[in-house]
Amino acid sequence: MDYSRIVLLVFHQEVMYKPLIYKLVREFDLVFNILEAKILPRREGRLILELNGSKEDVLRGIEYLEKEGVTVTRIADQIHRDEEACVHCGACTAVCRTGALVTDPETMEVLFIPDKCVACGQCETACPMNALIGVNIERISA
Amino acid sequence: MTDFPQKKTVEEINDKIRKGNCVVVTAEQMIGIVESEGVKSAARKVDVVTTGTFGTMCSSGAFLNFGHTKPKMKASQVWINGVESYAGIAAVDCYVGATQVKRGDPLNGVHPGRFYYGGGHVIEDLVAGREVRLRAESYGTDCYPNREAVLNMKLEDMRDAVLHNPRNAYQNYNCAVNRSDRTIYTYMGVLRPNLANATFSSAGQLSPLLNDPYYLTMGTGVRIFLGGGVGVISWAGTQHAPETPRNERGIPVGGAGTLMLTGDLKQMNSRFLRGASLIGYGTSLMVGVGVPIPILNEEIAWHTGVSNKEIACPVVDYGSDYPNAEGAPLGQVSYADLYSGSIEVAGKKIPSTPLSSLPRAREIADTLKGWIEAGQFTLGAAQEPLKTPETRVKVPGGG
Repeated sequence: MDYSRIVLLVFHQEVMYKPLIYKLVREFDLVFNILEAKILPRREGRLILELNGSKEDVLRGIEYLEKEGVTVTRIADQIHRDEEACVHCGACTAVCRTGALVTDPETMEVLFIPDKCVACGQCETACPMNALIGVNIERISA
Repeated sequence: MTDFPQKKTVEEINDKIRKGNCVVVTAEQMIGIVESEGVKSAARKVDVVTTGTFGTMCSSGAFLNFGHTKPKMKASQVWINGVESYAGIAAVDCYVGATQVKRGDPLNGVHPGRFYYGGGHVIEDLVAGREVRLRAESYGTDCYPNREAVLNMKLEDMRDAVLHNPRNAYQNYNCAVNRSDRTIYTYMGVLRPNLANATFSSAGQLSPLLNDPYYLTMGTGVRIFLGGGVGVISWAGTQHAPETPRNERGIPVGGAGTLMLTGDLKQMNSRFLRGASLIGYGTSLMVGVGVPIPILNEEIAWHTGVSNKEIACPVVDYGSDYPNAEGAPLGQVSYADLYSGSIEVAGKKIPSTPLSSLPRAREIADTLKGWIEAGQFTLGAAQEPLKTPETRVKVPGGG
């Protein structure tokens, strides 16, 4: 239980209805937490999971899913903030529930911590400058 | 002012600026100086205190004169990048307002609307040097026969471009909460139901009108930092309300004074003028404003020493009270509390988050300080003062 990773799983049409997730518990001894899930009109299933376990088990679990045809992406690698656009107004911090967007109490700058983001998309709508990119389960690139 | 005879004049301070020996500090630095050295010493030592604020200011816009077409035209309707710009003025003049939304936007048809583009964005695009498409229509006259024009223009192609904001730099404002049972989308940001969060929008102790609460140095002709360039206070802002009740520090306990601001758009910078899209509400413009306060006497020095714990604002319910113009504030909280990240409302501890950028407000106060120290910026004395209350609080220990 010393390792945790937030990942996006994309189930393409062929594997969309295949039961795979239960194997993470059964075969790889992982604990998972479903953070977001969505089936898109283009016949693609999307799931954001927090995976907990030993680092080795987490990596083996991901390898298994990829072998079965699921695209696995680390959320933190796919989201970013447009630093030119952001003015550090703080509007996003009103809606972020995971602590990925918080203000530094000294400078009042808004800190963006991608590892804590679950791509719920709330900040994307609250941001007046349209500065947060890929933070929505539908639009995040896999 | 009898207790505090004028000790310096704006002209004397300007002489010091030109000689390069003017002492300038920011309003945040002034707090410590007044606290540690006392108000008399602070007034003697400091010549100018710079302030700053950067946030969404809806009552903003720009007068544009796009130059005559050939044949000439008296434009009666103008759109810039699809955003209607008021053209009911002379032939090729128009006014693009920050909150005018692009034609064809679904608005709140599907609530909450996103409002991706509007007048604030047009102003940002122009200031950033990006090309815009201007479309003008007219009914045609003998002297102005042209009925239609489509022009691709940059700011440099405009004959004149003047930022003219009817109401900026509100002196204090509300802290917004939501007592209803649904999420609401307001100009104060996203407010979650059942008092789940609070938002506020002020630079507090760095804010221009909170450092000169009786407008002793403010008035028409005062030169300021506006949108990255130099502008002036052109009048009291609309809704200027000096009669708002005040605390023992002379600070109004809610929205009070406002400023009307004017400046040449061509020398401004898009770092300090940014189009904004407020979900469920509309478009707007984020404006950077910095006002220098000449320390003419001890009373002014004392006021510029104000700190966040001495500035309070009302907590207002935007779920029902505010939209229906009823009810009373749910309490008062200080900016020290608000900036701490949580406040207490109706016995409940809730997170408080800002909507105006303190980092950029600090950058503005520092930039203005740098301009004055370098001798590039001199002060403008107030010609027509702003309306102020008849009585003022007394400076403790002053005389």
